Amino acid sequence: MIHSLFLLLIFPGFIFLSIFGTYAEFVDRKLYARLQNRMGPPWFQPLADFIKLLAKEDVVPECAVPGIFRIMPIFALAATTTAFCYVPVWSTHSLYPFSGDVIVVLYLLTIPTITFFLGGWYSTSLFARIGSVRGITQLFAYEVPLFMSILAAALLANTWSLTDITLFYSRHPSYTFFNIIGFAVSILALIGKLEKTPFDIPEAETEIVAGSFTEYSGRLFAFFRLTIDIEMVVGAALLSAVFLPFGLTLGPIVGFILFIIKVLFIVGLLALIRTIVARLRIDQMINFCWKFMAPLALLQIIINLILKGVL
Amino acid sequence: MRKPDIFKVPIGPQHPALKEPESFSVSLSGEKILGVDIRIGYNHRGIEKACEERTYVQDVYLIERICGICSHTHATCFVQAVEEIAGLEVPKRGLYLRTLIAELERIHSHLLWLGVAGHEIGFDTLLMYTWRDREIVMDVLADLTGGRVNYGMNTIGGVRHNITPEQAQKVLTAMDKLEEQTKYYIELALGEATLAARLSGVGVLSHEDCVKLGAVGPTARASNVDRDTRRDDPYAAYGDVSFSVITDDHNDVFGRTVVRVKELMESYSIIRQLLKNLPEGPIAVKAPRKIPIGEAVSRYEAPRGEDVHYVKANGTEKPERVKVRAPTLANVQAVKKMLENRYLADLPIIIAAIDPCFSCTDRMINIREVASKNSRIMEWETLRQKGIEHYRKQGIDFSKVKITQSF
Repeated sequence: MIHSLFLLLIFPGFIFLSIFGTYAEFVDRKLYARLQNRMGPPWFQPLADFIKLLAKEDVVPECAVPGIFRIMPIFALAATTTAFCYVPVWSTHSLYPFSGDVIVVLYLLTIPTITFFLGGWYSTSLFARIGSVRGITQLFAYEVPLFMSILAAALLANTWSLTDITLFYSRHPSYTFFNIIGFAVSILALIGKLEKTPFDIPEAETEIVAGSFTEYSGRLFAFFRLTIDIEMVVGAALLSAVFLPFGLTLGPIVGFILFIIKVLFIVGLLALIRTIVARLRIDQMINFCWKFMAPLALLQIIINLILKGVL
Repeated sequence: MRKPDIFKVPIGPQHPALKEPESFSVSLSGEKILGVDIRIGYNHRGIEKACEERTYVQDVYLIERICGICSHTHATCFVQAVEEIAGLEVPKRGLYLRTLIAELERIHSHLLWLGVAGHEIGFDTLLMYTWRDREIVMDVLADLTGGRVNYGMNTIGGVRHNITPEQAQKVLTAMDKLEEQTKYYIELALGEATLAARLSGVGVLSHEDCVKLGAVGPTARASNVDRDTRRDDPYAAYGDVSFSVITDDHNDVFGRTVVRVKELMESYSIIRQLLKNLPEGPIAVKAPRKIPIGEAVSRYEAPRGEDVHYVKANGTEKPERVKVRAPTLANVQAVKKMLENRYLADLPIIIAAIDPCFSCTDRMINIREVASKNSRIMEWETLRQKGIEHYRKQGIDFSKVKITQSF
């Protein structure tokens, strides 16, 4: 019981995730700044932002539905943290593996977007509503390619459990290279999920202020920010478990260090992409997802089906 | 069938896309813009009226503060009008230095615009890069005049600061550095795929519409209107330098970007020519304190387009009337046309593409009563009374203050 609580709440659960999440945000911001020829923030900046926001007043708009408005940040945080229980960290084993957990993880990672939508919609601000609708529209575009590319990898491993997928690929590391298209597609889909440039359409600052988060302030906003940080780590961990399953059999310490490096590598990739492109328009984004990402993900499935017959 | 829901989104007076308070009330159906109601006038500062209360020399400094970017523009435009009324012949070296600062200002303004445009479409890297390079030209301006934004370079009859050969050398070195960077931006503007996707076909203003709506500056030149005051009606030293007027037939925001980055290259060439042929001699002539009766209109190609000043002198040391027509006023009408049938996501960049400067534009306050929709204009005296009443309620009595004739 106490052991489980420790795992869930402290390590590698909530506390570890929060700290690593804010650190990942720092790496993202620092890299982004250095690539733009700026100094960037000090290492404790995201943590300081979080603490400062906690101390600020919570303002709930008069017209908002207070219950939904208040519960959504907590809901989002819970969903992302739960998803981490099924993602392998330092070995090929996740905390509580079961058959079919890859589907659960993907759905749990969809929940934050839904909560952004509900939170934004029920805050009744015009900007928040436009942002929410954009977020949902975008969800339909990137979610399918993400599911397909991750399930393609599962297809080759012949299992629906993340733990077994990781086990399979660490036994056959060379098979990972067959999934390179899927990796590229899921990196792009992850950008959409995290609402970062070029897919930061739902919170495009110069158009709709802050999108869904326009009316959020204080503690509630702090939890939303933390959710996005944790989502970044969990998303990157999921991708590294499926597509970069190297060195997981070398023991917990090496495995853990490798896990940190892999996650930061993916975070760095995201920072690099957002440095070199401009924000797309919603119609361009959806066109891109359905014209390029979805067919590529399908191609990955076909490749893996053929490989399954050959290998 | 149900009619599609139309909702109004207030872009401004306070909004992250706008650098100054201005109201664009947008009617939206989904993401599509159905109509836009533009209201200007949030930045009215009464500068024209204030000019009538000050002497000509004081006005030069006041007029310079109309705009935070094209400060030299307004000051030069004003002194040109006054010099014309007084019949002053400005020495050649003075004119050359005036032109030098004008072109440096154009470089700083266009680099600033490029950065703002990048930010509006979520491309912050471009913003950071261009503003870093803008520092080079800001440093040069500070070195030449002592100010980064308000230069205090002009005076009636010439300029106030001379330039040493060492300073000239510094300017040339800076130009080389900037030219290299600008070549990179041209390559970037023409080549980067997401940038082209966000700029091409956005905010189209056809050649005919552009002429009809009287747009000026890079906005007009991007719609293939071959119009540039520097060439058509040469002032200062522009008659002595050779440069080409950049036009483009894209008619959209992409064209406006191309025109501006290519104009940067022209500016570097103009500055090199000016410094090479800089004549010796005095930089200013002495101007009389009282300007003889007369009136003049002065035109000037600001970075944003044609700026027009009208000055009427009544033989005293203060002008009878000063009227400013800033380029944004000519361009803001075109925004409505550009926004037709576009998406909300294009709105920030379309507004930014005319390089708006609203504080330059706002000249008059027009009070509209919401109920009757009648408008009325307040007289100077009633406005003063209103001000006294307002402060009396707060316990401050201004009614004893006499408006003296000289400051």
